[in-house]
This record gives sequence, C-alpha cells and structure tokens, in this order.
Amino acid sequence: MKKYFERLYNGIVKENPTLILMLGMCPTLAVSTRAMNGIGMGLSTTAVLILSNLVISLLRKAIPDQVRLPSYIVIVASLVTVTELLIEAYLPSLYEALGIYIPLIVVNCIILGRAEAYANKHTPMLSVMDGLGMGIGFTLALTLAGLIREILGNGTAFGAQLLPQGIDPIGIFVQPPGAFLVIALIIAVMNAIGIKSRQRKLVEEGCSGACAGCASAASCDKAGEVNGK
Amino acid sequence: MNGSLIMIVIGSALINNVVLNQFLGICSFLGVSKQMKASASLGGAVIFVITIASAVASLLYDYVLAPLGLDYMKTIVFILVIAALVQIVEMFLKKKSPAIYKALGIYLPLITTNCAVLGVALTNVQDGYNFAQSVLSGFGTAVGYTLAIILLASIRTRIREEDIPAPLRGAPIVLISAALMSIAFMGFSGLSF
Repeated sequence: MKKYFERLYNGIVKENPTLILMLGMCPTLAVSTRAMNGIGMGLSTTAVLILSNLVISLLRKAIPDQVRLPSYIVIVASLVTVTELLIEAYLPSLYEALGIYIPLIVVNCIILGRAEAYANKHTPMLSVMDGLGMGIGFTLALTLAGLIREILGNGTAFGAQLLPQGIDPIGIFVQPPGAFLVIALIIAVMNAIGIKSRQRKLVEEGCSGACAGCASAASCDKAGEVNGK
Repeated sequence: MNGSLIMIVIGSALINNVVLNQFLGICSFLGVSKQMKASASLGGAVIFVITIASAVASLLYDYVLAPLGLDYMKTIVFILVIAALVQIVEMFLKKKSPAIYKALGIYLPLITTNCAVLGVALTNVQDGYNFAQSVLSGFGTAVGYTLAIILLASIRTRIREEDIPAPLRGAPIVLISAALMSIAFMGFSGLSF
C-alpha cells in the first residue's frame, strides 16, 4: 500500500511535472488565464494520463520494443480524441475556453514521458497511481498559475470578485506576457526558498537534462552534442 | 485576395507569434535557445517541416477526411502523418542533399514532438483555410518561431555576462526575457486591420 502513496507524493511534490521537471510548459503558459481553465485543462490531462498509463502498462509485454513510440502515440491520440469529444458534448464552455489546446494534449511531453519512463516497466495498478499523482501535480501547478494571473489581471478568483471595484486590475497578467512572468516568478520563489528544481538543467544543458523521460530525449541529446562541438 | 494572403503571413509570423502569443513549441524554444548557431539551424528545420506538414495536412483533410466524414480522426491522422513525414524528409535529404541534411538532420526528429507543427495543422482546419492559405500560414508561423528563437538566443548571449540575483538564475531570467519579448510583440497587434 505504501508504494502506491509514494507514487502520489512523487507526482505531486517530488517530481512535480510542471514546476520541478518543466514538462508540459505549452498548456501551462497558454490556459492559465483563469483558475477554472487551469483545473479543466489539468483534469482533462489527468484523465488521459491515467488511461494511457493503464493501457500502455497492460500492453507492455505485447508491444515490440522497436515500434513502441508510434504505438504509444496512437494510444494517446485515441484517448485524447475521446476526451475531446466528451468535453465538447458535456462541457461546451470549457471546450470554448481551451480550444486548440485540448487536441494538443497528444504532444504533451508529460504523457509520452511517463509512458516511456514508468508505465512500460511497471504493473497496471502502480502505473495508474503514477498517472494520478502526476496529473494532480500538473493540475495544482496550472491552478496556482491560473489563480495568480486571475487575481492580478482580472481581480477575481474562480470567477468571484476579489478586489474592490475601485482598484483596477493589472491587465497585462491575463495577456501572454503575464504567463511568462508568473511562471518565472513562481520558479524564482521556489529557488529562493531552496526547493531544488531540475529546470536549471533544461536551460543550461539543453533538453537532455530535464526531458530525460521525454520521447524525444534521444534526439535532444544528439542536438546537445552538436551544440557542444 | 493577394492582400489577404500577405496578411496571413504577417499575421501568423508577427501578430499571433506562435511562441510568444500562442505558447506552442516552448520546450525547444527554452531548451535550444542557449546556442545561437543551434537556434538558427532549428529555425531552418522548423520552417522546412511546418511548411510541408501544413501542405500535406491540408490536402489530406480536404480530400480524404472531410469527404469521408472522418473529421474527428484529424488529431490521430495528423500526428501520424507528421511523424512519418519527418522520417521521409530525413531519409530524402540524407540521400539527395547531404549538405542540407548535415545542417538540419539532427533537429528533424526533434520537431515531431514540437507541438507547433500539430498546432498549425489543427488551426488551419479550424479556420477553414484552403490549400494556399494553409501553406502560407504554416510558413508564416515557422518564420515567427525562427525569429523568436533567434532573438531569445541573442538576448541569452548578453545575459550570460550579467550578474543576476541568485533566485532568478537559470529558467526564471529566460522566462522574464521571453515576457519582455512578448510585450514588444504585442506592439504588432496594431498591424491588423
């Protein structure tokens, strides 16, 4: 039982995909204009991540090693399509808000990264817990960024008015530059209070350090070697 | 008509910059921009692949997926086509044009997982672009990506010499630079009419 909770802790705190590993930055920056969008995107990704980890773990002995990446991509893309159709049918307002970023869950590094680094080596139950932990970690990070941007840029939190009417919110925070600024400041605060983050590796050493779990890590490494020469 | 085609290129390269405004391809934008030379090569490879991929995706959607009513399959089909296309382009260049292969080759596989490629293909379909519009919007997007990554790489060469407060070193200062670039690019929104 303990190892199942260990997976949750690992995903939410120790290897938080967004804040520690710096994976899945595109959706983090793009949809964090509102806290609710963050939760919606986070939960959609979590659903895909749990199911893809489950399916890939169940098929881990059936998929030949040479064709595993194309197989994973097909599995993930099918799950994303199902999720997209469900959101379109039952949550049309969320579908409007997230737009193109729902199908783009396919190329989210977290999902292929966990398939490659964890699900293809572990039992289905453990893989599901790993997906759940990573998904919750991603959702929390997205919601935090969304909440900060919504309060500063719109004066509301989860849609409820927070700042008094007399105070003008700082509009730039809900616009694209605000996304870069808020994530930069969250990481800077984490650095200042001493949470070791591997993100430094991403920008200092190229992709090889941070994206080790990512499907394209091998080609990243090659690119890094050429950079060094 | 000509005016609107030019507007598509300008719009996708500057006004709706793929990295600074739509946040696609952030991973390689932050990862590769450390080196000026690598950024320029990656930019070249991205222009090449996105332009071809938008053309193929547009043809495939107009003549196969839409007539057969397989609209909902587009995500799966596009991602597989892009992955296969990158492989074919790589093999073709290796055989026919070793010089270009040497300059771009290593960056080609990296591009398969670059969400900008899939993003452009899906946006083109969403906006109902025809073949010429899709190709131009793909080309414009890729030029915008190259512009952004080369600018960031130049900024980072300067930053390296500066004395930055400890908590901001590494990713935060790069993200703040990107934020300032994004503010600058917001100025281009005045170009749309």
